[in-house]
Amino acid sequence: MLQPLLFVVVVAVAGLMAFRSFRRIYQNIHLGKPEVITGDVAIRRKNVLLVAFGQKKMFKQWLPAVLHLCIYVAFVITQIELVEIFIDGFTGNHRIFAPYLGGFYTFVISFIEVLSVLAFVATITFLARRNLLKIPRFTKSELDGWPRLDANLILFGEIILITGIFCMNGADVVLQKIRPDHYPDTGFLAISGWLGPVLFGGLSEGTLVAVERFGWWLHLLTVLAFLNYLPYSKHLHIMLAFPNVYFSRLKPRGEMDNMPVIMNEVKSMMGLVEESENATEGGEMSEFGAKDVFDLSWKTVMDAYTCTECGRCTEACPANITGKKLSPRKIMMDIRDRAEEIGQHIEVNHTPFINPEKGGDVLTVENYADGKSLFDYISREEIHACTTCNACVEACPVMINPVVPILELRRYEILTEAAGPQEWVPMFTSVENSGAVWQMPVARDAWTQEA
Amino acid sequence: MQIPVLAELVSEGKSPEILFWVGCAGSFDNRAQKVTRAFCKILHEAGISYAILGNEENCTGDAARRAGNEFVFQMAALQNIQVLEGYGIQKIVTACPHCFNTLKNDYPALGGNYEVLHHTQLIQQLFLQGRLKLKEGGPFKGKRITYHDSCYLGRVNGVYEIPRAILAELDADLVEMKRSKSNGLCCGAGGAQMFKEDEPGDKRINMERTEEALSTHAHVIAANCPFCITMLQDGIKSKEKQDDILVKDLAELVAERL
Repeated sequence: MLQPLLFVVVVAVAGLMAFRSFRRIYQNIHLGKPEVITGDVAIRRKNVLLVAFGQKKMFKQWLPAVLHLCIYVAFVITQIELVEIFIDGFTGNHRIFAPYLGGFYTFVISFIEVLSVLAFVATITFLARRNLLKIPRFTKSELDGWPRLDANLILFGEIILITGIFCMNGADVVLQKIRPDHYPDTGFLAISGWLGPVLFGGLSEGTLVAVERFGWWLHLLTVLAFLNYLPYSKHLHIMLAFPNVYFSRLKPRGEMDNMPVIMNEVKSMMGLVEESENATEGGEMSEFGAKDVFDLSWKTVMDAYTCTECGRCTEACPANITGKKLSPRKIMMDIRDRAEEIGQHIEVNHTPFINPEKGGDVLTVENYADGKSLFDYISREEIHACTTCNACVEACPVMINPVVPILELRRYEILTEAAGPQEWVPMFTSVENSGAVWQMPVARDAWTQEA
Repeated sequence: MQIPVLAELVSEGKSPEILFWVGCAGSFDNRAQKVTRAFCKILHEAGISYAILGNEENCTGDAARRAGNEFVFQMAALQNIQVLEGYGIQKIVTACPHCFNTLKNDYPALGGNYEVLHHTQLIQQLFLQGRLKLKEGGPFKGKRITYHDSCYLGRVNGVYEIPRAILAELDADLVEMKRSKSNGLCCGAGGAQMFKEDEPGDKRINMERTEEALSTHAHVIAANCPFCITMLQDGIKSKEKQDDILVKDLAELVAERL
């Protein structure tokens, strides 16, 4: 009776804690501007199937793709076993599916075991790739500190999880011979069928029960710990990859979002619309572009939370390749860090950050002012270096678009601050005054004389 | 070669099938003007009814928009759309992938909807329709040619195979660079970089790409963008390799065989 009770308490506490964390992530994503994302549902579903479920874009690099696939498939299939663990935990049963499913049960559990071994191999390889081999995208400075530790922690967690599975199944296989009344026949399990007797063959019944329970609880507690760890980790991608791919841009990559306010302003200057049609509210133009998370679309903030810091974007970035400061991965990590910072302040209602001009007693998205912005995380040099080549967009396995926030930051700098690289000013002036990117002494059609 | 100007044609009561959008580089840059003339030669040879806007053409505003100056972009774009609407233009071809992208993808939200072709797309259509006939032989037959995908034709608009199909027509021996097609490397000019120095780093982006192109030991780098041509040409000059390797637009390669 004690075990089910303990189980209920542990699951309830872990579930509640996780719920609160995930709600926090949801709220932080919605610090971003509302954006209605519409478009072809069929294409979106296809993207989710191919890119999120099917890992299509991972296969640009086959070795990490295969290894990642092992861990991914093992993770997905293990959920079946987790359902049984939950039912057993609540009801106090043991392997409740085994007698009903018979040979199919043997197949499923064996399949999970084989995948777990593959996942184990992949995990060890990933640890080596991260820590022993000097793979450039894992050695960049933006990974220093927590990001690098986070990546390693999860790999160790994976090893613990797999250890749990084999303790549980291995001891169980031996116990099935000793006490068939309590330990239903699972058939010959692909790995534990021989590994169990080898590891635990000579142990006493009491020890075996303890090992089996240890493995069972280790597995469950690791899963619950993982669930609570996710919201603080780059591993959130295992959940957000799906909505992020679903809501990803279907527009052509070359299309920049229009700014209707400016379009209307220019149209009225050109006499293309009636003055009254577009009178800006309050008479004063607001800020343009993005200087903070509030000015970005919620989708861009979700991009940031989906980023798993793999660095394929940065690896492909021509600016980064040639030693410039820009790293698209860092841009996304900075946006997430800033969203986290704002989210925390709002959560604890840190009232000194209430903008007195806006007023109110509670710190909210509307009156937030901590004197900082995204420019405290992202330097001008970084955003100026982008060639908008879209290599990062092409490279991202979960369809994150770092070019969108970079261009929004540029818009803020140029339109709101009237700053930006001085070398661009003659180009702007020339386009505005003479309709060409260069100031030229000759007519535009002069070349036709020599044709 | 008489270049037809739209306003003159219209005054004669004619309306050409397609507008050739020359662009700032194609109009003013010495090197890009050669591409413009080569493309006109192709249009003449194929008997296409086309015209240019001449002095009524304006910068599309691509670089201003990507630098962040939406105001300047909107002014340029809305002026252009007014002119294009005035002539009832429906189909546009351009030899610049930046003009191509902006006209095709940025203008519709501003009310300008056109069928826009990059010149490589039109050239391939002319080959397929049998309207272009190449002379036998030619200076590049059997020579090693490498092809540089511009970001704005390739990764941004997904056109990878058409330029390669044109190279196949030329009987060239295509050698791919290590980074090609969707993995292609930028020349360093896009996103308004053309109008400023690279940010501080280990090297300039065009040097990285030039080194990669040189490592193919090709005789010619085929390109499709005036900015790419400038960047690669600069790279080759600073490597003092201008006698070993030529940077050519696909239109020039085709025009040389007409």
